Amino acid sequence: MRISLFITCYNDTLFPETGKSVVRLLERLGHEVEFPLEQTCCGQMHYNTGYQTEAMPLMRRFVEIFKDAEAVCIPSSSCVAMVRDHYPKMAESTGDPGLVKAVDELLPRVYELSELLVNKLGVDDVGAYYPHRVTYHASCHSLRSLHLGDLPLRLLRKVRGIDLVELQNIDQCCGFGGTFAVKNGDVSAAMLSDKLRCVENTRAEVCTAVDNSCLMHIFGGLHRQRTGVRTVHLAEILASTEDEATQ
Amino acid sequence: MSIRVGEAAEAPSFQKAAFKLLDDAQLRKNVRHATDVITNKRAIVVGEQHDWQQLRSAASAIKQHTLAHLDEYLLKFEGACIAAGGHVHWASDADEANRIIIGLVKQYGGKEVIKVKTMTSDEIGLNKAFEANGIRPHETDLADMIVQLGHDKPSHIVVPALHKNRQQVREIFMQAMGFSELGDKPEDLTNAARQYLRKKFLEVKIGFSGANYLLADTGGVCVVESEGNGRMCLTLPNVLITLAGIEKVIPSFRDLEVFLQLLPRSATGERMNPYNSLWTGAHKGEGPQYFHVVLLDNGRTRILADPESRQTLHCIRCGACLNTCPVYRQTGGHAYGSIYAGPIGAILTPQLFDMQHSQSLPYASSLCGACYEVCPVKINIPEVLIHLRGRVVREQQSGANLEAIGMKAMARIFLSSRRFEAAQRLGHIGQWPFVSEGWVKHLPGMLGNWTAVRDLRPLPKQSFRNWWREREKASAKSAQDRSRSTKNLSS
Amino acid sequence: MPESTNTREAILNRIREANATTPSFEYRTIERNYQQTATLDRETILKTFADRLHEYDAQVLEAKPDTLAATIAKVLLAHNQKSAIISDDFSQKNLPEGFTFQRESESTTEHMNTAEYAISGCEVAIAHTGTIILRGARKLTLLPDRLLCIVYENQIVETVPEAIARLEQFKTEPLTFVSGPSATADIEMTRIRGVHGPRFLDVVLVRNQH
Repeated sequence: MRISLFITCYNDTLFPETGKSVVRLLERLGHEVEFPLEQTCCGQMHYNTGYQTEAMPLMRRFVEIFKDAEAVCIPSSSCVAMVRDHYPKMAESTGDPGLVKAVDELLPRVYELSELLVNKLGVDDVGAYYPHRVTYHASCHSLRSLHLGDLPLRLLRKVRGIDLVELQNIDQCCGFGGTFAVKNGDVSAAMLSDKLRCVENTRAEVCTAVDNSCLMHIFGGLHRQRTGVRTVHLAEILASTEDEATQ
Repeated sequence: MSIRVGEAAEAPSFQKAAFKLLDDAQLRKNVRHATDVITNKRAIVVGEQHDWQQLRSAASAIKQHTLAHLDEYLLKFEGACIAAGGHVHWASDADEANRIIIGLVKQYGGKEVIKVKTMTSDEIGLNKAFEANGIRPHETDLADMIVQLGHDKPSHIVVPALHKNRQQVREIFMQAMGFSELGDKPEDLTNAARQYLRKKFLEVKIGFSGANYLLADTGGVCVVESEGNGRMCLTLPNVLITLAGIEKVIPSFRDLEVFLQLLPRSATGERMNPYNSLWTGAHKGEGPQYFHVVLLDNGRTRILADPESRQTLHCIRCGACLNTCPVYRQTGGHAYGSIYAGPIGAILTPQLFDMQHSQSLPYASSLCGACYEVCPVKINIPEVLIHLRGRVVREQQSGANLEAIGMKAMARIFLSSRRFEAAQRLGHIGQWPFVSEGWVKHLPGMLGNWTAVRDLRPLPKQSFRNWWREREKASAKSAQDRSRSTKNLSS
Repeated sequence: MPESTNTREAILNRIREANATTPSFEYRTIERNYQQTATLDRETILKTFADRLHEYDAQVLEAKPDTLAATIAKVLLAHNQKSAIISDDFSQKNLPEGFTFQRESESTTEHMNTAEYAISGCEVAIAHTGTIILRGARKLTLLPDRLLCIVYENQIVETVPEAIARLEQFKTEPLTFVSGPSATADIEMTRIRGVHGPRFLDVVLVRNQH
């Protein structure tokens, strides 16, 4: 398959390793990856903070850039949720039937990474090797917007060498919430504190998720408290093999 | 019009209030315990209800339909209620409602009123208005009593005094009820309340209630409760005044089969709450002989006028969204500055004010969506929150605040990959003043709230797209080399 | 009240304006695919009803029509009661000898307030939720400390929608749904029974079918 990668603005800038891992993984599975360089941002931050007007042209750009893609892979469930939950309404509000149609036709081709692997490519064993104790945090968008269910866990269970341990209160919000993390920093910190307690109780070395937004926030706390626990995006775990010096 | 939602208009911002409340360890413990108990109970009784989703869908459709024909249903209710011997009054705002209610109490020569729990009366500030007019209101719900006697404010829709523990309640009761001795077991405290109120129930001639449902076909009213004080106030007095928001009306008696299955499970995690009372107008020779309903607008028609957020009016005040909200769990209800707290409070309060007040509330959420999942009438609260944030931004007096400037600048940057990459380069340079020993130690302005509690790595040296470009270049070059060498071989 | 009339028109107009372009659908098109009929067999329904009552700490006794009076006597004696107030429509033939019974309409509020025992029938009962629905008799079933309720097995339905359907013909009468003694969890979420309203509920389930 020819898979177009929408890396997301923050992964591109802050978590390039996640993108590299997605490329490595998909190529290892025998697929071709393309990366349209014109891409920037899906508009979620603006839309969710109340700047819906500013998010509109970003929606149009996304649709334009990916309109001919065979499949679009996005290693960020919140960005997929933005596209899936909000783009149709946004397009409708413009009163432009062409745009509505374009969004309609593009949506079925947009996948979060674990959706792409399991549902589209039909694989849950990606040949990964990751000999670490890992716990998985279910981001709110993956849970309640995308209804990923246990797709990421199915992929993780097939990783050789992994010691997967269940996270208590897995479905409780970590407290990131986009601009919420700074606009309501105190409550965000209180919520993070609960999540950290659950992570530490698992004695895992690594906390993973399908969203680097959550992980950035969780790691920020784990490191501030010098717990020694790391966060690693699901893509990076799945891309790890025995041939590589895994971190 | 003077819209009032308790004292929400004067309340501090959510952020300010939350900061203080997060320091109250007793409160946080109580809130956590209460919300844990109810959510666990709810999960069990909802889990066993195999048609739960079908009930939610039906309830949502009934509410949607009713709102689309609200005038018809209100008129239907009015006609049926009057035909059954009741009286119906209409109030545009809080002040008008208070005037009507006080007028009625005075008309019947009452100096005291026994009240059943209703948040709507807190919304209009009824008790204050009563007292200013020489009328003594007696709250009869245990928690509302605790709040009233303790000169406090409610912090939850269903369990308003959950922020108080038994010792605190004991102190309040001893002082207010004049006990020299009182045990602190919940049984002791409940017994004290039972004795104290029994006298009132038998003596006070005017009862006041809210309504969970107004039935349009019969003109009937349904009140859902647990303690029995509702039954006392609805049955024993000679006069009954019921205050209800206009959104409380449902088309027919039959629709109760849906709501009476959703409400108890959502509110208290029970298959059915102890008592539901239904009455229609005034029943000859039995119960109150004079019955008045006051229908309240107080900003609801304005919410109705907003197609994006009119679903707010579906709310049946179950409190499930509060119990499941990870933000509410940390702060309790007082942080919202409104009697309507938690997720529903965050959308209802500012909208009643037409967004003139309580503008911090739509931001008091991480948009996790847990509320929408449990809402029995399917209010898409995250969607409404985002919509209201849009209203706050659009209706800002000037776009000259730092956030708006920053967001607009970022939007411009995202409109072009060239500008985006330039911004990435700028970020690499601009971050250095904030980086120390390989970590971003602090950030300016509001971003400082991040680094106040979280560490942050500086930007990686190479962005993804630059890595990609390099890789493309390298593979193009090696493809070129390969084709050259095959050419050489073949030549 | 002139002010209220103007307000009435103003509110109705605001509603109509708000709904001017709202898409609407008819009431009868509302999809109701929640359960509306019984799926359990009768024995299971009766057992479920009894189980729910036990969960509320209600005492449940069984009787047949011809042993009902004796069962009522048993209950009263077990609590050392010589008298009770009964609902106006309670059938004389089901009252045991040797006790003093007074009808609700013959009792003052004060009397009911101090009486220990009230006895009533019911209109319909719901097994799934352990609910007993009373028609009228509001004071009787509220003031005395103990309520004895007679439920006939053919009054018991499985689901809430079935009960609502049975109540349709009485929907403008005062109805009370009772699902256990009153309760509060307002203090530290500890559930306390019997705040106001009867603290003790006894049910006699009359089996009149085989």
